Amino acid sequence: MKQQDIQLDSEGRLRHFLTIDGLKRQTLVDILDTAENFSTVGSQNVKKVPLLRGKTIINLFFEPSTRTRTTFELAAKRLSADVLNINISTSSASKGESLLDMLRNFEAMFCDMFVVRHQTSGAAHFIAEHVAPHISVINAGDGSHAHPTQGMLDMFTIRRHKKEFHNLSVAIVGDILHSRVARSQIHALNILGVPDIRVIGPDTLIPKSADNLGVHVYHDIRAGLRDVDVVIMLRLQRERMTGAMLPSEKEYFQCYGLTPDKLALARPDAIVMHPGPINRGVEIASSVADGPQSVILEQVTNGIAIRMAIMSMTLGRSPVSDKEGV
Amino acid sequence: MNQATLKDANTLLADMATQLRSLLEQQQITDPVMIGIQTGGVWVAEALHKALTLKQPLGTLNITFYRDDFTRIGMHPQVTPSNLPFEVDDQHIILVDDVLHTGRTIRAALNEIFDYGRPASVILVCMVERTGRELPISADIAGQKLDLTEGQQIKLNGPSPLILTLLENM
Repeated sequence: MKQQDIQLDSEGRLRHFLTIDGLKRQTLVDILDTAENFSTVGSQNVKKVPLLRGKTIINLFFEPSTRTRTTFELAAKRLSADVLNINISTSSASKGESLLDMLRNFEAMFCDMFVVRHQTSGAAHFIAEHVAPHISVINAGDGSHAHPTQGMLDMFTIRRHKKEFHNLSVAIVGDILHSRVARSQIHALNILGVPDIRVIGPDTLIPKSADNLGVHVYHDIRAGLRDVDVVIMLRLQRERMTGAMLPSEKEYFQCYGLTPDKLALARPDAIVMHPGPINRGVEIASSVADGPQSVILEQVTNGIAIRMAIMSMTLGRSPVSDKEGV
Repeated sequence: MNQATLKDANTLLADMATQLRSLLEQQQITDPVMIGIQTGGVWVAEALHKALTLKQPLGTLNITFYRDDFTRIGMHPQVTPSNLPFEVDDQHIILVDDVLHTGRTIRAALNEIFDYGRPASVILVCMVERTGRELPISADIAGQKLDLTEGQQIKLNGPSPLILTLLENM
């Protein structure tokens, strides 16, 4: 609840973007509509709009990332902002203190926004609590808590293909327990009114509290995929394998890997999504990942427009005015 | 400028089409493209595009991202992105808006057009050209010129029928 407060200003507009949980449906729709407008910028000769000219955005990545960092950087550049990319390998000692010192230093360089990825849940929230009032913070993934811009770009991709949310069946397959992506997707799907959200995976990778998330749990992928409109595959985080949570990659693929015959159980026009990076032959067969129902690369493209929308909405909040004409 | 009452939108459109035909002829422009500025400008452009039977499809501009008052009024999500279904390079462009007031919308529109390419020329057509310019911009063709005070606003309702109204004292 507290996070919900901190990411909105006194008039209910986005000040930070830390989690989807607690946001209003209209806010999500506004983000999707704004992103729709930004999606044409990529087709201009000059792939830029002057909206954030003169603003400085710092990408603060404490955890490696290719897609997310690159699309955040491109989004900022297409908005004409200046971007700094900072990759930090953390020392575990006195993390809180050194982090705050680092923030003060960046603030002294007159920056306007931090885009933060951190391996600790709640890191972006912590930073948002401590930044100067004019600075916005965007969560680019914190621990196993949230990855809200990924959640929104997935909603954008779904809306482009399915138009409405209120009649959809969406299945999320794989390691739900450790996935910040799944958590953000589930929040967004619930807020946007998707009536049937299914999570599919082995018992060890489904959170015990899944029932409270407003989802239906399936352990049998064949039952779970029946007649769904959207299949979202999650990356099997190989590092989890050693924790004896799973027998082997091969066996996982047999049980939960998305193959053409399993996908055939979904609706014929179902789309297949994956936040990347994909493990071919572990959670998804190459023929499905590269097949006609896959929208995996579209998700990457859509990530730019969604991040442009969220950056400009958080930095563009200003005294409310009804003045429309220029 | 005239302190006259507003004329009927259809009368203005017919007059603008006549003026535009003769201007194109005079400048020897045979295959221009037309771009309307959202929202009212698109309605006016649709009517002119039809009247002139232009060959290339109508383009539309959403200038939200080029406005100069973003830091003051923030983001207003709109559902219709810009759509220029033709190459801008070396084209003769007819840019259409409903009301020319401060000139800032036209400044934004020109900047956006140039991010798509380098046009050969741009002609500005407005249904109403009113007083209150803040930038060195003027219309090549105006349906009607009006001398208004700061508190007066012209609003175009549409798309069908197109109705111009004068609002006092905002």
